[in-house]
Amino acid sequence: MQKSKIGLDFGKVARARKTAAGIAAQTQKFEERYTTVAVERTLCRLVGVDGVNDAGVPLPNVLVDSVKERGVLSEGVLFFLGNAIVETGLPPQEIAEKVAAGKLEITDIAPRETAQTRAALQPYIDATVEHIKQRRAKRENYIKTLGEGAQPYIYVIVATGNIYEDVVQAQAAARQGADIIAVIRTTGQSLLDYVPYGATTEGFGGTYATQENFRIMRRALDEVSEELGRYVRLCNYCSGLCMPEIAAMGALEGLDVMLNDALYGILFRDINMQRTLVDQFMSRVINGFAGVIINTGEDNYLTTADAVEEAHTVLASDFINEQLALLAGLPEEQMGLGHAFEIDPDLENGFLLELAQAQMTREIFPRAPLKYMPPTKFMTGNIFKGHLQDALFNVVGIWTGQGIQLLGMPTEAIHTPFMSDRYLAIENARYIFNNMRGIGDEVEFCEGGIVRRRVREVLDKTVSLLERIEGEGLFAALEKGLFADVKRAKDGGKGLGGVVAKGANYCNPFIEIMIKVC
Amino acid sequence: MSGLYSTERGGEFDKALDLKKIKPYGDTINDGKVQLSFTLPVPWGDEAAEAAKQLMRKLGFDNPQVAYSKELTPGFTFFNCYGSCTQTVDFTAIHVPKVASARMDMTQIDEFVRQHIGRKIVVVGASTGTDAHTVGIDAIMNMKGLAGRYGLERYDMFEAHNMGSQVSNEELIARAREVGADAILVSQTVTQKDVHVHNLTELVEMLEAEGLRERVILVAGGPRISHELAKELGYDAGFGANTYADDVGAFVAQEMARRTRA
Repeated sequence: MQKSKIGLDFGKVARARKTAAGIAAQTQKFEERYTTVAVERTLCRLVGVDGVNDAGVPLPNVLVDSVKERGVLSEGVLFFLGNAIVETGLPPQEIAEKVAAGKLEITDIAPRETAQTRAALQPYIDATVEHIKQRRAKRENYIKTLGEGAQPYIYVIVATGNIYEDVVQAQAAARQGADIIAVIRTTGQSLLDYVPYGATTEGFGGTYATQENFRIMRRALDEVSEELGRYVRLCNYCSGLCMPEIAAMGALEGLDVMLNDALYGILFRDINMQRTLVDQFMSRVINGFAGVIINTGEDNYLTTADAVEEAHTVLASDFINEQLALLAGLPEEQMGLGHAFEIDPDLENGFLLELAQAQMTREIFPRAPLKYMPPTKFMTGNIFKGHLQDALFNVVGIWTGQGIQLLGMPTEAIHTPFMSDRYLAIENARYIFNNMRGIGDEVEFCEGGIVRRRVREVLDKTVSLLERIEGEGLFAALEKGLFADVKRAKDGGKGLGGVVAKGANYCNPFIEIMIKVC
Repeated sequence: MSGLYSTERGGEFDKALDLKKIKPYGDTINDGKVQLSFTLPVPWGDEAAEAAKQLMRKLGFDNPQVAYSKELTPGFTFFNCYGSCTQTVDFTAIHVPKVASARMDMTQIDEFVRQHIGRKIVVVGASTGTDAHTVGIDAIMNMKGLAGRYGLERYDMFEAHNMGSQVSNEELIARAREVGADAILVSQTVTQKDVHVHNLTELVEMLEAEGLRERVILVAGGPRISHELAKELGYDAGFGANTYADDVGAFVAQEMARRTRA
């Protein structure tokens, strides 16, 4: 039995986990029956389809739309691509180009035997699987030969809107001590039902997540990792309407960390819940296989809901995210489950409540590289106080052994970080992490004290919330606004039109291959 | 670089406060002391420090001091500097356009609406364009509000429709028509490349084209929105940082009462 510094009731933790597993299993039963346009476009990418047509439409969209327009997407795009490869002898990319040029209609080709189409697809499947394995091996080799920073990993963002300027900022941050660089996406990408193509030089508040941008930044970080003798990870956003496609592109380009939450898009981008739950499964299968650490987005709940009153919804969501990720074959070591330091700084002993939540999350998910988010809601523009709020956040991070510390910037709520803001934030974190490195090993919390009482209260509420969700089902819970005070209808939101029930000929060979290997 | 920078005040100066000629204050009236930090795209060294000082002089600072400097990455040096400002401002000649409504709290606003309007005020709000930030519109509209100031949903005399973020101007207008909105609240958080100005202007133009502009109270809000900017863009009011639901509610209620009387 694990020893707790906070008197955690591991029996209750086990009960919460079992309940969350039940919720995840119910959801999985639904997911298995459906595919989406995003999943199908992902399969196109995974058999080598890339590029855009004359109008700038990505070829995976061209292919999937052509099948969907015929009303036969339920059979899955690989069914038609398999037939087309047998018929024409061409690789998927050339088939896609012919479809884009209006020279081929893949749904008109006579269906072949399953064994025959599978054999035709196999070389392309194998090539991608091998490519992703190589990328993963490259990362692992870097970590073995160069080494990496100690946890909590120092995570900072770059957000200039120009990928080439982002490179300058990212390399500077790495030299200052950053372990993870997240490239912020341009505003609104989450609602695009396609992934833009090519390098971004003019984005709003960030750059598009494109395969080319991934490539440019990963190359720059390889360069600086070698210079520093320390592997620096790259993070992007696997969320929105193209969740699994971005996972595929990240896997192909060696991304290391992906924001990838099962519920975030539903709650905060009003994406349809059926769409998101199907998409998140495929995206996590890919992230799991590629060795990518996912970050979940529970911290966002506390931007709308109160961090003291709603702490249990964060923990409940962590449990659900954990179980959904396990079903997708994603190991605990890759689960950057999220939480945040968002309690009102004016609250007496608020720091102790933050400490309780962070230590509890640490002990409940001992192997997960927890992602800890900095204060944002109560950052005021007073950069001096903000720097201090971030310092307290860093104290909790090192004390409770968080996995990924997303550094707060003193200029939060003013502008996207200047190079100097990032420097000040990293200096703050490194000072505190180094100066307090062993504090967690030295301190236990006293019986009957604020921290232990808070842990018990939050865990009790988490268990009853999870039991309520299990009783009603995840869909109903989302409809009732149980998370983040946000209510979403099962048939509402964006992207429902892209959800299709799987037909008799449907196949997605990657799920089996990728889950098995994990 | 040690912290032993000079605190001398550059000779004698008049220590009397003159509101026609105000200057920054360190610890003595008219000492002009300013603290600032910036990064120059040059390597760290004596030349970089000299460049920082020259820049300070050009900005109008006497006695510039580099208290701290650090090369952030090769070719970029960060400075913490101090100097004495030579410029002054006439405080007596300043005029800032402000929302001209009396301040009231939630109870007073509800009471005011009961007395002067006699029915609920219908308000539609959204963060428009590609802006994904709901924090502003939520602070004003959601039940919970922000910093202990309840949002309009909590008010007895407001019917609040919060459409959330990434709402197109078309959708916003359609909803305003559908619910018969008396007021439209638009939140804009992202201001990079002036995207907020574009969104806000487009809404006004669309409302005008549909003949709706005069029939609604149009309010803009966000951290970079000022009342002056909002007026310039054709809005009835603008609410910037540190304004809350009761500021917006008080304005909407009083403006509606004024229009009803007119």
